[in-house]
Amino acid sequence: MRNSRFRRALAAGLAAAALAASVVALQASAQELRIAVAADVTSIDPHFFNLFPNNNIAEHIFDKLVQMDPDSKIIPGLATSWKTVDDRTWEFKLRKGVKFTDGTELTAEDVVFSLDRVPNVPNSPGPFSAYTKAIIAKEIVDPYTIRFRYAAPYPLAPNDLSTIYIVSKKAATGAATEDFNSGKVAIGSGRYRLVKYTSGDRVDLVRNDGYWGEKSPWEKVTFKIIKNESARVAALLSGDVDAIEQPPTADLARIKGDPKFTVTSKISHRVIYFNFDHLQRVSPFVTDKAGKPLDRNPLLDVRVRRAISKAINRQAIADRVMEGQAIPSGQLVSEKLFGHVPGLKADAYDVEGAKKLLAEAGYPDGFSITIHGPSGRYVNDEKIVQAVAQMVSRIGITAKVETAPMGPYSGRAAKQEFSFHMVGWGASTGEASSPLRSLLATFNRDKGLGAVNWGRYSNVKVDYLIEQALQQVNDENRSVMLQNATKLAMEDLGIMPIHFQFTIWATKKNVAYTPRTDEYTLAFQFRPVKG
Amino acid sequence: MLVFIIRRSLQSVVVLFAMSLLVFAGVFAIGNPIDILINPQADQIDRERAIAALGLDKPLWEQYFTFLAGVMHGDLGRSFVHSTPALGLILERMPATLELAFTAMLIAVVLGIPLGLWAGLKPNGFAGRAIMTGSILGFSLPTFWVGLMLIMVFSVMLGWLPSNGRGPTTLLLGLVPVSFLSVDGWRHLLMPATNLALFNLALLIRLTRSGAHEALLQDYVKFARAKGLSNARVIGVHVLRNILIPIVTVIGLQFGALVAFAIVTESVFAWPGMGKLLIDSIGVLDRPVIVAYLLVIVTFFIVINLAVDILYSALDPRVRLTESKG
Repeated sequence: MRNSRFRRALAAGLAAAALAASVVALQASAQELRIAVAADVTSIDPHFFNLFPNNNIAEHIFDKLVQMDPDSKIIPGLATSWKTVDDRTWEFKLRKGVKFTDGTELTAEDVVFSLDRVPNVPNSPGPFSAYTKAIIAKEIVDPYTIRFRYAAPYPLAPNDLSTIYIVSKKAATGAATEDFNSGKVAIGSGRYRLVKYTSGDRVDLVRNDGYWGEKSPWEKVTFKIIKNESARVAALLSGDVDAIEQPPTADLARIKGDPKFTVTSKISHRVIYFNFDHLQRVSPFVTDKAGKPLDRNPLLDVRVRRAISKAINRQAIADRVMEGQAIPSGQLVSEKLFGHVPGLKADAYDVEGAKKLLAEAGYPDGFSITIHGPSGRYVNDEKIVQAVAQMVSRIGITAKVETAPMGPYSGRAAKQEFSFHMVGWGASTGEASSPLRSLLATFNRDKGLGAVNWGRYSNVKVDYLIEQALQQVNDENRSVMLQNATKLAMEDLGIMPIHFQFTIWATKKNVAYTPRTDEYTLAFQFRPVKG
Repeated sequence: MLVFIIRRSLQSVVVLFAMSLLVFAGVFAIGNPIDILINPQADQIDRERAIAALGLDKPLWEQYFTFLAGVMHGDLGRSFVHSTPALGLILERMPATLELAFTAMLIAVVLGIPLGLWAGLKPNGFAGRAIMTGSILGFSLPTFWVGLMLIMVFSVMLGWLPSNGRGPTTLLLGLVPVSFLSVDGWRHLLMPATNLALFNLALLIRLTRSGAHEALLQDYVKFARAKGLSNARVIGVHVLRNILIPIVTVIGLQFGALVAFAIVTESVFAWPGMGKLLIDSIGVLDRPVIVAYLLVIVTFFIVINLAVDILYSALDPRVRLTESKG
């Protein structure tokens, strides 16, 4: 009897304690957000290394002249308006009264300082200079007006400047990358301030209450770096973090099935595609069925490329391999991006048609090929390559699969060591000009075109349209040129798109995320909701 | 003894030199890190400039000699991706790994030797059999799987322990950040350390058991018993001391292995140690960090082996620290 009374009292006490704890937890959770991200942040210096996870943190601490909305449309940032003065000159009007967290006010001097710093950061393994080098002169008209001059008509100034973070001139003069990492000069005007960066582990941020725009709902934000995807899911399931990016597609069913969590996804600007070997040579990984090299590269024949494209059931890849987290694609950028071609679809899945094309091209019995792909770089990358290998085998092309981590893989791909291989491309400027100029323009060092054209596709008409578009300041005209270039290149199957992958976030029920095309995981786009 | 140590040190320098050359050439052969480091949007000229900025446009031998010249000044190069000195980066992560490895080894020793002794003394009892069966599991289950299972049970299902990370750290002696000084730190440390300890725990159990088993049949043990010494003294002094030599060797070598190969555990538990740094660096071909890491680890092994040799002579008076000629 006494025992049971004691037990009841204990139970009541425990319940009260649990209630108190949960109230405390609720209050804390409305203020603090813990996010697990998938890749290592290597530096806080926003000009040192143009790397996705670094930029993801910089987005919180620093502002840019213009920024991108969740659909990759350009919207005002530190600049309130911008216009072309003439074909070769852009003028940006700066927002007044913006304060850096060291108390100094933003002026055009800081913008010029930041742009000048970009190409001069020592030891940068991946500079942002691609976005600043077209500017031949910077002119400060008044403290809130700045003009940039270009050597040729230049439509992409706002797109370029949407990648350049503005630092405080006063704080960053003479500063090294290490000074940013230590937090000493990590002074921006963004929504957050850096508290501490622990390399390989976490980044702690605190809200900048002097921010000029809408304030983030979270006072404290912690980014935890958890590269292992199972560990990331476990961190969410165990409640150690409030949100994670890139949960593996295989775990989605489980997370969705649990009422405590929400899964959000959105089509990304990233297209997953295959490169063909377009060189006049004995292609290194194409042989006849007996394993003897073919003296002619069959992939040079557009009918063979078309046959391969028709043999691929993109919908099945999207549904099964990607668990619905992709949509099939027959072009370079998705629907909402600039330069998308309405109605341009991928080749329909058609085994018979594919076989006929192969026979017409002189390969009625097919041939053998090794398909290469990266491992662990894109969502389910190895599985996609395997699926493609099985699908082409149905039209008589015997396919082997070889995959490797991105490091050694990209090095070999860039040297044309493969015949048929998979890659992904994120149109991070939000335009079709990004994949067109890098992937499909003829490789040309001096013009800076075709830098990632690993298959060495070349078509003078496509080149002409791309070069015209890159100098066309009128948006409507440029859009048409980009669309036409895309249509031509896709008719040719210069590269073979498979799908646009989705970016996925999983959160606790009481946190919601506004998903983004550019794949960023931004603390201020999470908001508390009733769970 | 002094001669022995000096000689060992000279040999070590040769080993370090050979190793650095191999690793340097190996990473060079894998490919050019700029291909993966640089943003894909960069054009050809930007790429060339980045390659030149990191000195990767020079021939291999020249890069290696630049590296050697740096080593002479105690500079192992700068990380390509962090732009901080590689050695500093490793030393910054070292406390986390050492703490994890020490705790794991402590768990393995504190549990492994008594359990092994028990199993050796009472080989046919229920407990003895259970211990031996359990140790087979410790050997055969893959670390990453056990780690994930621990997380599933203790973090996800029971919610007792945090699933990842290192927790708060305090400065030990005002210098080294450690987490074992706070309760929350221990909660973070417990699961990864246990996971890392499992293999060595099993190893120590089996080693102690077979040692004890053998020693019990020796004449000196029988003699000690015949002399009427207490059971505790027979086991604690005569048995344990004699079986300790192989155990110390294994602890020494395994400790090096724990530090060097805590990688899997560090990845599963997102423990910010050196192993994770190595994996991340290999992923982006950050050669200065890879080379520096391996040099540090080789040095580590050399020091441990030396310490083990010295310990031998303390444990067994018959062992003399002189190198045989030739």
